Amino acid sequence: MVVANQFEMVCGLEVHVELQTKTKIFCGCTTEFGGEQNTHVCPVCLGMPGALPVLNREVVNFAIKAGLALDCEIAEFSKFDRKNYFYPDLSKNYQTSQFDLPICGKGGLEIEIDGEKKWIGITRAHMEEDAGKLVHSGETISTSNESSVDYNRAGVPLLEIVSEPDMRSIPEVLAYLEKLVQILEYTEVSDCRLEQGSVRFDVNVSLRPFGTDTLGIRTETKNLNSFSSVRRCMEYEVARQARVLNAGENVVQETRTWDEGQGITLTLRSKEEAHDYRYFPEPDLPPLVIDKEWVERIRKTLPELPAARRARLQTLGLSAYDAAVITQAKAMADFFDEALTYYTDAKTLANWVMGDMTRLLNSNQCSVVDSPISAKQLAELLQLINKGTLSGKIAKSVLEEMYSTSKDASMIVKEKGLAQISDEGALLGIIDGVLAANPQSVEDYRAGKDKAIGFLVGQIMKATKGQANPGLVNQLLKEKLA
Amino acid sequence: MESVSIGKSVSEQHELLVHKDVSSTELTKAYIARIHSVDPDLQAYLTVLEDKALAQAAEIDRKIAHNEVLGALEGIPMALKDNMCTEGIRTSCASKMLESFIPPYNATVTDRLQAAGTILLGKVNMDEFAMGSSTENSYFAKTRNPWDLERVPGGSSGGAAVAVAADEASFSLGSDTGGSIRQPASFCGVVGMKPTYGAVSRLGLIAFASSLDQIGPFTKTVRDNALVLNAIAGYDPLDSTSVAYEKPDYTKFLVNNVKGLRIGIPREYYGEGIDPEVAKGIQAGIQTLIDLGAEVSECSLPHTEYAIPAYYLIATAEASSNLARYDGVRYGYRAEAEDVLGMFKQTRAEGFGPEVKRRIMLGTYALSSGYYDAYYLKAQKVRTLIKRDFDQAFEKFDVLLSPTAPTTAFKFGEKSADPLTMYLSDITTVPINLAGIPAISIPAGFVKGMPIGMQLMGKAFDEGTLYRVAYTFEQNTNHHTLKPSLSGEVLASGSR
Repeated sequence: MVVANQFEMVCGLEVHVELQTKTKIFCGCTTEFGGEQNTHVCPVCLGMPGALPVLNREVVNFAIKAGLALDCEIAEFSKFDRKNYFYPDLSKNYQTSQFDLPICGKGGLEIEIDGEKKWIGITRAHMEEDAGKLVHSGETISTSNESSVDYNRAGVPLLEIVSEPDMRSIPEVLAYLEKLVQILEYTEVSDCRLEQGSVRFDVNVSLRPFGTDTLGIRTETKNLNSFSSVRRCMEYEVARQARVLNAGENVVQETRTWDEGQGITLTLRSKEEAHDYRYFPEPDLPPLVIDKEWVERIRKTLPELPAARRARLQTLGLSAYDAAVITQAKAMADFFDEALTYYTDAKTLANWVMGDMTRLLNSNQCSVVDSPISAKQLAELLQLINKGTLSGKIAKSVLEEMYSTSKDASMIVKEKGLAQISDEGALLGIIDGVLAANPQSVEDYRAGKDKAIGFLVGQIMKATKGQANPGLVNQLLKEKLA
Repeated sequence: MESVSIGKSVSEQHELLVHKDVSSTELTKAYIARIHSVDPDLQAYLTVLEDKALAQAAEIDRKIAHNEVLGALEGIPMALKDNMCTEGIRTSCASKMLESFIPPYNATVTDRLQAAGTILLGKVNMDEFAMGSSTENSYFAKTRNPWDLERVPGGSSGGAAVAVAADEASFSLGSDTGGSIRQPASFCGVVGMKPTYGAVSRLGLIAFASSLDQIGPFTKTVRDNALVLNAIAGYDPLDSTSVAYEKPDYTKFLVNNVKGLRIGIPREYYGEGIDPEVAKGIQAGIQTLIDLGAEVSECSLPHTEYAIPAYYLIATAEASSNLARYDGVRYGYRAEAEDVLGMFKQTRAEGFGPEVKRRIMLGTYALSSGYYDAYYLKAQKVRTLIKRDFDQAFEKFDVLLSPTAPTTAFKFGEKSADPLTMYLSDITTVPINLAGIPAISIPAGFVKGMPIGMQLMGKAFDEGTLYRVAYTFEQNTNHHTLKPSLSGEVLASGSR
């Protein structure tokens, strides 16, 4: 990477996100992941003769919602176009997409790196259909004796989000991607399951000497499917381009592919071999007209987005860091907000959610959505601490019990007799016993050794198995020794 | 009885069925017998469905026996052009590519005709993928014109026109992308309607050019045509280009009266290449309408000369994309090859005929980067101008009138060697598809024993007025009553 220091990296991204509508974009087939090969198909997504597409309005709703969340202009008039190329996973040998009039226009999002904020522009976002999947008997299509095609994914709706070439470092790229995925998850237009291929990235990278304005020659690496692949791919590509430039040569404008195993990028096709997609307006679908009412209807369904949510949590007393951690995933933030309706001390709640709750979930590899402890149950536990029924220390063990049994905190306290002893009469009896058994300590205290009281409290707690109300014990003890 | 009944119109056959003068089974058998007798010469059919047809007819006869109310088309035997999908029945598009393709679904028109109780006799011949004007481009058969076996029936719906003209079906459906219903109707002396784009669902119609394709009926009479359109037209939510218009009962327009109706004669449709005899025949037809009280005057559609190049750019561009799916991967013909790309290439090289390949190449070229603006985009602009021509004309006229085709049916091979001449003969029909408006061709006389057709063009979704003019003309002439004589058998109720 040292070699790259003399160059500035310029990067733009195309992100393909599967929209989680129940049915495909142009037919009624399910979008469910998996399923036996070619079972989620019909004449439309198989491109049978005479089949015609009908636009799924829910896909438009989702695209508008994502567009609004990404601060994009929503086009009143957009249309579909055919992108023509031959490939066996493409049932019609054209992909119905949007070319010159996409549904979402200019927008963007803010990233933050080391406290510094930066706006990353979004050029556009458009709807299109996904292709099927090739299943090879060998490693690749060319080394296989046999390949089959699974069209279950053909026609699953995609939103392709194209950024401006605004990113200047790999951390910026990763921050942009994390932010983007976070927003898409928040709006619930996609489940963003990267491991299932529901988000895929094309990375455009070029280098230029620091201080220059003109863009260098770029390469596009297609079809990355994890943040770590994006990072490794960019590290490789930046170093490779720097080597080429340092050797006094020009970077070749081309499309490249990422070899995950070898950790390198390889030429897929050169500029000369680039596809001529012969785009033209899709004659089987009328143009899409979206009036203001439609946009406003969708705007009303927008959830509170991460930035707004973070700001609100900070006004409740959370630190910027805590607010960011809690709002990282929408599910966690929702859990927090729900608990907040039963328990109003946001700071304490945040400590518990980020601390013991998260630790329990993580060690059990459980997502917050599937948490055996509900938000309401956590809130009740904290209320018991406030009421003095439980000490903080015992509450921690009660939380663990709640996790493994899903029982309410009060139920566990009752069953196990864990309630704090705050009864003065009972405590006085125990204190008398401890004082009688430890005359030396009593004497030490009265002689001015304040530390001796700590020993006495410890003995009382021990005698009550930690259930004595520590504040009350202190108070009563001081009165006795006075 | 039976051989007479097949010469009758749909509405006459309906009366015979209702009054139990003839059964649907008898009618169907008569058509099957007729097919056996004349089709070896005419070759209109690619698939004949004897058993299925008779089973359907028996079903209708049971209804008749129970004195149930009979719909206008119930028990009437018909044929479908082989580019309309029929579940479980081969739908070949007259192409080697789909020689063994059996769709698992029906076209909407197939469903609607089935629901109307019609009897499907079989699937009829066409130019491969509906590309052509003579049906000579079929991979399977050369359909002959019943008026002269040396001549073409027109195309691309040649089989559908011949089936009706030669009494091999009571009616049929064709598809019209640039004249493929009207021109063969004209060449074979029958009534052929291309409805407004969006009036009839295209779902299950194997696409040639999606923005131009439209299905319509071939019939012996104008009334029959309105009856069939009643059954097949109307909004289909599964075709996004289908229009939710208020569908009238088209038979309501069948009045014998054109008094005061304004008819425009576009002078550009009488240009070079028009046979003077055909022009004369149409002139006589115009005189008939004038005599009946129509107000006729000349008008202009100034951009007509650009219609042919615009049409052949748009239609081929869409076709190049629509036909990309025939690659041997999922269905249809597959050639053997070393690798996937080789399989694609070989499948398409062997599966498509020369005219289809020519149009795919033209269309691919027109859409190519660097040429798109000069060809496809410009053609779309021309299309807008042509539409505007019609809009302006319809401010002054209710209907426009022209010959359907510049000539009568030509001989086999006469034009097929020179595709450009063939393309130019579409000048009177393609502007209508570009504009998306309806047009009907009706029998308007004969030149040297061959039928000529009169084309009436109307405003979008105003098929009704076309039916009115066509019906009035038909009621006051006898061209439609003449029948071709086949195998020395004269079926004509009038005389030639």
